[in-house]
Amino acid sequence: MKLAGLVVANFKRHRLRTTLTVLSILVAFVLFGYLAAIRKAFEMGVDVAGKDRLVVRHKVSIIQSLPQSYEAEIERIDGVKDATHATWFGGIYQDPKNFFAQMPVKPAEFMAMYPEFVLPPAQMDAWLKTRTGAVAGRKIADRFGWKVGDKIPIQATIWRPKGGGNTWTFDLVGIYDGAQKETDTTMFMFRHDYFDETRVFGQGTVGWYYIRIANPERAAEIVKKIDETFANSPYETKTETEGAFVKGFAEQAGNIGKIIMAILTAVFFTILLVAGNTMAQAVRERTQELGVLKAVGFTDVQVLGLVLFESCLISSVGGAIGLALAWKLVAAGDPTGGALPVFFFPPGDLVTGAIFVLLLGLAAGAIPAIQAMRLNPVDALRKE
Amino acid sequence: MLKWISQVVALTAFNLRTIPQRKGSSLSFMVGIAGVVAVFVGVLSIGQGISRTMKQTGAADIALVLRSGADSEMTSLLLREETNLIGDAPGVARADGVALVSPELFVIINLPKRSTGTDVNIPFRGVERPVLGVRTNVKIVDGRMFEWGRNEVIVGRGALIEFAGLERGKTIRIGQNDWSIVGIFESKGGIEESEIWTDAAVLQPAYHRGSSYQAALVRLASAGSFDKFKDALTTDPRLNVKVLRMTDYYAEQSRTLNLLITGLGSLVAGLMGIGALFGALNTMYTAVASRGREIATLKALGFGSSPVVISIITESLLLATVGGTAGALLAWVAFDGYRAATLNWQSFSQVTFAFDVNGPLLVEGIVCALVIGLVGGLFPAIRAARLPVSVALRES
Repeated sequence: MKLAGLVVANFKRHRLRTTLTVLSILVAFVLFGYLAAIRKAFEMGVDVAGKDRLVVRHKVSIIQSLPQSYEAEIERIDGVKDATHATWFGGIYQDPKNFFAQMPVKPAEFMAMYPEFVLPPAQMDAWLKTRTGAVAGRKIADRFGWKVGDKIPIQATIWRPKGGGNTWTFDLVGIYDGAQKETDTTMFMFRHDYFDETRVFGQGTVGWYYIRIANPERAAEIVKKIDETFANSPYETKTETEGAFVKGFAEQAGNIGKIIMAILTAVFFTILLVAGNTMAQAVRERTQELGVLKAVGFTDVQVLGLVLFESCLISSVGGAIGLALAWKLVAAGDPTGGALPVFFFPPGDLVTGAIFVLLLGLAAGAIPAIQAMRLNPVDALRKE
Repeated sequence: MLKWISQVVALTAFNLRTIPQRKGSSLSFMVGIAGVVAVFVGVLSIGQGISRTMKQTGAADIALVLRSGADSEMTSLLLREETNLIGDAPGVARADGVALVSPELFVIINLPKRSTGTDVNIPFRGVERPVLGVRTNVKIVDGRMFEWGRNEVIVGRGALIEFAGLERGKTIRIGQNDWSIVGIFESKGGIEESEIWTDAAVLQPAYHRGSSYQAALVRLASAGSFDKFKDALTTDPRLNVKVLRMTDYYAEQSRTLNLLITGLGSLVAGLMGIGALFGALNTMYTAVASRGREIATLKALGFGSSPVVISIITESLLLATVGGTAGALLAWVAFDGYRAATLNWQSFSQVTFAFDVNGPLLVEGIVCALVIGLVGGLFPAIRAARLPVSVALRES
């Protein structure tokens, strides 16, 4: 208790310096929060990819279509439980800036393939009954203020509708939520049957297939089997696990993500270094007083504890407020105005952050604390 | 007045001479600022690099024709008859009687990236003979141009560096066909350097495109003939197209990437700036506090308050300049010309570019450092000037 009083008194004496040090630690940990969120965003949800799901695309590139007839052929392959397809629509809602993914799918099959997209049963029924029906993710619906029952006009870029014009109008019949935080709720899905009938060209083709397999351990074997089935046809395929597909996609963004991460990491540690140095300096300045404490009977361990406690307290206060603030700020939205579909502070990194806070306190206090412990009171008092 | 100046000079010199006694805190001041500037310049140089690539590709006297409704070459579609009509429009430049209209096919091919070994979308462009009269920046630097009508390709220098297996003499396999790489080309750093090129007539069957193209690039007689050309095309009932200046198109192409980079970049630089400001304030307050008695002595001897303030701010600015310059140089050495490739969301394919640390960016970085130095010195200086002499002298 006596020690705590001493620490507090010390802080008060250099109120300004203490405040500034706490603030710079705070800033470092706000940055840490963004760092964690950006890293997560660049992974594009690879860690929640279904282990029992495969993706089949055209071998040359994903922009080339596959025949719709492949679905039945794939489903005949041993070990495949179910297959369904999607297509890239690539339309524009109001302004090209409002980018989000739109895909025609087969509603029942698609939602069975993706149980992590949670849609109320009544809305699912409505979707099955409405040919022009569409469902949107919570995040995208909130972003544009959509409500169930709204009509959503989307300008075609590739797939123009029959009967002239460029506009497709969909009836929003449902809004899905994500079962997990990582789930992408920025997608917009509508019915493939309506899409296929209405588009000017491309009937009978689809973009890619999603496949569910019975046993994830047989994935490699099934991947090979699927690609062999379609080898030497005009539409050769490339099959991957969903994890590999997402990872490959994330890596398209490539070094940019890594470079930004490297820079942020450097920044984080630079700030910590500077703050740590200030904290260490604050102790060094008081060498003489620590000598006095020892002269009046404080033990070596008590002095060590005093110094460490002080540095840990500063770093905890700054770190805790910083992490809390980061949590709030990250939840308020990503700094790029919607370019990153998934943006949140992963709870696991909160723990990592807390460990960094503690390490900072210990590291900044360690050297001066050990010096203080070894201090000979006579030398300390003589020092001026 | 002269006395005032000599006071400022004397005090500043005195302050600067005492910096070595405060090595630790002065160094952390400078390191903090160097870090801010390095990060600021480094992150923004990515955006500058992408912008430069895009700018290098466009020219005011080149127009791009897409199907109306399409937002990029990737989503557009033009038939051969349509590209012929475009050549007859007014305002099109001609060479030897041939309209300088380059109908192009734009598809992507998956090949592994060198750095990760994973497949990425690489732009693959099918072109016709007039292309070299339109995209005049393109020059073969190694090997030769592909032969028309054969399965041969030329590869951009950026693509060669970033993606595996594109060396001259190798072959790439697309579907059932092998294509030999016969040359490497440059385009003064333009986006073409990220691409692979071949004869459109050979690419069309390989991608089941019949005799269709995706976009037409048109060299205009002059930049001023754009409106005439655009009006002629958009009012032609046989055509359903939109006409853009190539410069506008490529500015639009880099929008998402720039948003991402400047968004993240400003956030990081902003936070880091705040962090460094706290560091600077701490250093300068410490500097002032440790010299409280000396400053009071000086004031007692007749030095004015404003020379005290100015000398402290000068010290702070000097430290900030040294730190800022070091940071800017660091960023320049580390990042300028660094090559990278990323996904351009608008064309859904890779763009290769070099980081661009340019003069204005360096100046901006150092200005940031000076602002931090100014604010970091101002408040401690005011405190020093306000401190009553009697109080300061009594301090131990």
